[in-house]
Amino acid sequence: MTVALETIGLEKHFGALRVTRELSLRIAEGARHALIGPNGAGKTTVINLLTGVLSPNAGRILLQGGDITGLAVHQRVRRGLSRTFQINQLFADLTPLETIALAVNERLGRGQDGWRRMGTREDVNAEIAENLARLGLLDVMNETTSTLPYGKQRLLEIAVAIAAKPRVLLLDEPAAGVPESERQDILKAVAALPRDVSVLLIEHDMDLVFSFADRISVLVQGALLVEGPPDEVARDPRVKAVYLGEASDG
Amino acid sequence: MTTPAETVGVYARQPARWHWAEVAFWIAALASAFLFPSRYLIMTDILRLGLFALSLDLILGYAGIVSLGHAAFFGVGAYGAGLLALHGLVTEPVLALLVAALAATLLGFVTSFLVIRGVDLTRLMVTLGIALLLEALAERFSDITGGTDGLQGIEMAPILGLFEFDMFGKVGFFYSLAVLFVLFLLARRIVHSPFGLSLRAIRNNPLRAAAVGIPVDRRLIAVYTLAAFYAGAAGALFTQTTQLASLDVFSFERSADLMLVLVLGGTGYLYGGLIGAVVFRLLQEGFSTLTPQYWQFWIGAVLIAVVLTGRERLHRWVRLVPDFLSRSRAKPKLGAIAPTSDPS
Repeated sequence: MTVALETIGLEKHFGALRVTRELSLRIAEGARHALIGPNGAGKTTVINLLTGVLSPNAGRILLQGGDITGLAVHQRVRRGLSRTFQINQLFADLTPLETIALAVNERLGRGQDGWRRMGTREDVNAEIAENLARLGLLDVMNETTSTLPYGKQRLLEIAVAIAAKPRVLLLDEPAAGVPESERQDILKAVAALPRDVSVLLIEHDMDLVFSFADRISVLVQGALLVEGPPDEVARDPRVKAVYLGEASDG
Repeated sequence: MTTPAETVGVYARQPARWHWAEVAFWIAALASAFLFPSRYLIMTDILRLGLFALSLDLILGYAGIVSLGHAAFFGVGAYGAGLLALHGLVTEPVLALLVAALAATLLGFVTSFLVIRGVDLTRLMVTLGIALLLEALAERFSDITGGTDGLQGIEMAPILGLFEFDMFGKVGFFYSLAVLFVLFLLARRIVHSPFGLSLRAIRNNPLRAAAVGIPVDRRLIAVYTLAAFYAGAAGALFTQTTQLASLDVFSFERSADLMLVLVLGGTGYLYGGLIGAVVFRLLQEGFSTLTPQYWQFWIGAVLIAVVLTGRERLHRWVRLVPDFLSRSRAKPKLGAIAPTSDPS
């Protein structure tokens, strides 16, 4: 198995609270891997550690074998690690076209170009159009992002993450908060992600997890409880206990 | 039938297109020289203030960096140009302006590392502190700066060896207008480039900007340094057209006035500083004619009224011009878009 993304003994503390405990995860090349766990299990912290928003107290993160533990957020993106956010983090005043252009420009190393006018490179225009078309955003490409329906904004979240042409894509609850009418578009977009991109999906929605993932890791109180194929995880009594416990608590 | 890539190109190039209102603005600026030949001095003052405000707009309007100490760069440019002329180091004004502005650029680069750290309040304090520090240094090293008396006896050589500064300020006006126009064109080019777009992204959402691969700190350092160049050029223009450089070039009031100019003119569309400079100076001139002792009171009252009008309403007003300028962008005349692939 070629490993796309790996964490080795990852630890994160907030004061006395251990939010991530000796987490060792391996995401295989081309995998559809899901990270699940009850509320407060530390899933989003894991994403923040992987992407460099937070620094771990101990442990290492390897992207395609290279150590990225000390790299800044943008450097990890350039190495091929891209993410979406659980709550939309978009550029409210920009258009989808401009948002995708940002990712494409940075990937091509043209983001610091202060002289060339936007829209004057045909190859860049074509790549932007391709990214917009992939997620059905062509018709709204020149609308201000803040005015788009929520579902379209979620699609833009995914589109901008893919526009960076990642090797590994982290999806943080892509369907969260999306009305039922627009949900199918998100599910289709997730299902149609390029096969050569390894995906780590963080999700509460078990239907989505079991329809998407070929491997599942269960996180409880910051530590890995179980990892395996979906049917094995579904049968595991410890997982049942965790989720049933949560259900009976709630 | 327009392909999606062509449509992307059309939309992406749209904001950089010249609008007739912009052309009219610059024609009006040029025409003012002929319409008000007795008012060269105040018009030159407005041009300098406009250039200075353009500098702040680059960091505030495009990158979201607030500053209460922008006079630091203005002051370095002003003293730089003054010292170059006084000691005959670089006598040709255009070249001297460049050298003085580059000195301010260097200061901008060095101090940018302090400014990009922290949030708005920290930035306000750091920028304010740097300007006050420079003012104190200029006073301390009075053998170089002339201390409280300022630089005395500055004499300007002819511009490009051809145009002698005259006592009515006519040459100074055209020189300032030319410098402002050239630097405006440069700024316009920059804000419509991929670099400019990345600045707007950072101002919108720095967290996401980093997550699309933008090196946020590096871009902020770059634009802060660039803005220092513009402020330095404005300071150099000040000295060259007034033949004065005194401690007040570093003053807090100068930095604070600049914020007021942008409150009046709006930010993030380049013309805010220029329009704000005109409005601010006209208000100042109008009130000081009406009530010579209390003009500051009335300026204050106008600003309070502007602020009390409300951020939202004010924003709508200040967006009137930019929205008008970019309205055509929203609905360009294009054929139907042919999808390259079926999104499903």
